[in-house]
Amino acid sequence: MKYGPLLFLGILLTLASSWVGLVLAPYKQLGGLLPNPATNAVGVVSYFPEARKGEAQQGAEHYRSLGCVYCHSQQVRPAGFGGDIDRGWGRRRSVSRDYVHDRPVMLGTSRTGPDLTNIGERQSDYGWHYTHLYNPQITSKGSVMPPYPFLFEKRRIGPGGVSTNALKLVGEFAPGDGWEVVPTPAARQLVEYLRSLKSSYDLPEAPLPKAAGDAVTATAVQ
Amino acid sequence: MPGELADEGQRRAMLAEIDSSCRAPVLFFVISGLAWLLLGTLLALVTSIKLHSPGFLAGWDFLTFGRVRPAHLNAVIYGFASQTGIAVTIWLMCRLCRVPLISGGLIILAAIFWNVGLTIGLIGILAGDSTAIEWLELPGYSTPILFFSYALVAVWSIITFRLRRESHLYVSQWYLLGAILWFPWLYATAQIMLILEPVRGTVQAAINWWFAHNVLGLWFTPIGLAAIYYFIPKVIGRPIHSYYLSVLGFWSLALFYNWNGLHHLIGGPMPAWMITVSVVASVMMLIPVITVAINHHFTMVGHFGKLRYSPTLRFVVVGALCYTATSLQGVANSLRSYSEIVHFTHHTIAHAHLGLYGFFTMVMFGSLYYIIPRISGREWPSLGLISIHFWGCFLGLVLYVVPLSYGGILQGLAMNDATVPFMKVVEGTLPWLKLRTFAGLLMALGHVAFVGNLVWLLARVFGPYRKPVVAILSGTETPAIAGK
Repeated sequence: MKYGPLLFLGILLTLASSWVGLVLAPYKQLGGLLPNPATNAVGVVSYFPEARKGEAQQGAEHYRSLGCVYCHSQQVRPAGFGGDIDRGWGRRRSVSRDYVHDRPVMLGTSRTGPDLTNIGERQSDYGWHYTHLYNPQITSKGSVMPPYPFLFEKRRIGPGGVSTNALKLVGEFAPGDGWEVVPTPAARQLVEYLRSLKSSYDLPEAPLPKAAGDAVTATAVQ
Repeated sequence: MPGELADEGQRRAMLAEIDSSCRAPVLFFVISGLAWLLLGTLLALVTSIKLHSPGFLAGWDFLTFGRVRPAHLNAVIYGFASQTGIAVTIWLMCRLCRVPLISGGLIILAAIFWNVGLTIGLIGILAGDSTAIEWLELPGYSTPILFFSYALVAVWSIITFRLRRESHLYVSQWYLLGAILWFPWLYATAQIMLILEPVRGTVQAAINWWFAHNVLGLWFTPIGLAAIYYFIPKVIGRPIHSYYLSVLGFWSLALFYNWNGLHHLIGGPMPAWMITVSVVASVMMLIPVITVAINHHFTMVGHFGKLRYSPTLRFVVVGALCYTATSLQGVANSLRSYSEIVHFTHHTIAHAHLGLYGFFTMVMFGSLYYIIPRISGREWPSLGLISIHFWGCFLGLVLYVVPLSYGGILQGLAMNDATVPFMKVVEGTLPWLKLRTFAGLLMALGHVAFVGNLVWLLARVFGPYRKPVVAILSGTETPAIAGK
């Protein structure tokens, strides 16, 4: 080969093809997706997925910052493809519309830990989440998830007695006499975020299985 | 004949002039790259240990798994692999264009900016500013510095290309030019559409994997292949097996590789056509992969004995074999039926290391064994350290990739069987993860031996005691390149 300009042109055109196909086309097809309106039994219209607010939104920042995405996916594969739905990670497959509020979208590529698409529905107990984050060995013996002691404060029990939000720790994990472990604001926000992870709503392109008997019915909007 | 001898003398004088012009700029990129390699290796070991011993260094947020892991990735990708790749690109460009390096100061300035930008970005990741977008974790305030640095290198490369004194374009130059022009397009698209002005929803995922797969396919792969195409014929002294296969291999890679990325989203919340297009393109990769494999391996046939004497050849040939292996594994991974099993497992991590370590890193090590004696005028001081480097990296690689690939398949099969409790799946991965830490220690040993040897060599270059060059280790300087 001797022709530099021909080489230049070929190099640019080949990449341009996939830029149009895999960047521009997805942007045209999915970039304008909106939440789906649904009317409940008493006629109130809500939009799904719902935008996260307040502490749950702040918690998403901790989820990003602490790199939870490297072990936990947030995508349920369709029934019959992998064991996602059989494991109870979600009642329906995930679709693009589920992510319209997420920045960044954290689908994840690894399941060193379980999928969290629907963790808010599967486990809503605050105490469980705090204890699990403080030290996963307490709630899930044998887990390879790291403990997050820096999301908690170990402090002397004040004159008013044990704080209402102190973790209930026993045995080898107890902080010692006169001490208590309480969640920091970061832990509280992170748990609010985890509790907000739910895919329990219907979408026209991904309805919940009928047996679930959900009160919310979807209105198909094209 | 006297005439030929004079030509040969002129040719050697020109090569010597080109090599010495490359000394400071190329060495600067190499030394920075290797410093990041050592740091990246340390971060890798910490990451690996944490995955089977989660209590290890768990008390600080900046050392938690989810921060050390992206820090490792970015240190080795942008610190080591990219900088070493740029160093090799610069030297190959000068050699193949037959022009001494121009504006060395500009290259050094680019290297300084690259390292400053990366240091800021890596501290950002450890401090919690990671974007959590895989392969693009560096925070938005550090990446413009990297982009500026890269622009200097790219402009320099294109000017050098324009100044070339050799009208024939060797296959390595096609690949290098591809890498130089593809990377800024990929990086700018990803930075703008994911970090500066994020697009909505799963469009992010599409762009993320279009970018991440192409960083491998259109940045590291072409540089690695360019080096293989250059060094195998150089060291063994015979031309590449087939010119026409080189053409087919290059253009089929350019056509198909850049459509592969969305196979990373198989099973995910994307329209089926996007995934299918990428699966088809991934299978089409068989054409460039088999073409390049025939071309590289058939060139080597009958010359395997030379592996004993040339470290360059040993590393580069292992790299070429790993390229074939990782590409075929990649085609398998992109099939829906196979991806269903291995997609979310450690199998993917093993695959990534077969590509970036087995192929790219090994080829870069081999290239440096050839380049550094020529630009510094000194031979490698220790044969023993070269052996430790090769065997540490090679055994580490095998012990990393083979068991973890297998363990990943077992993990995927167990995970897809909902009757197996999740904690059992986790327990099943532990032996493979512990073996991986051991493999990482072997690689680390290799890296330390290599850097030790280089420091020793540089001490001779810049120290008071200077020995004449003896070119025994790096192979002969023969003009055997296809088409010449």
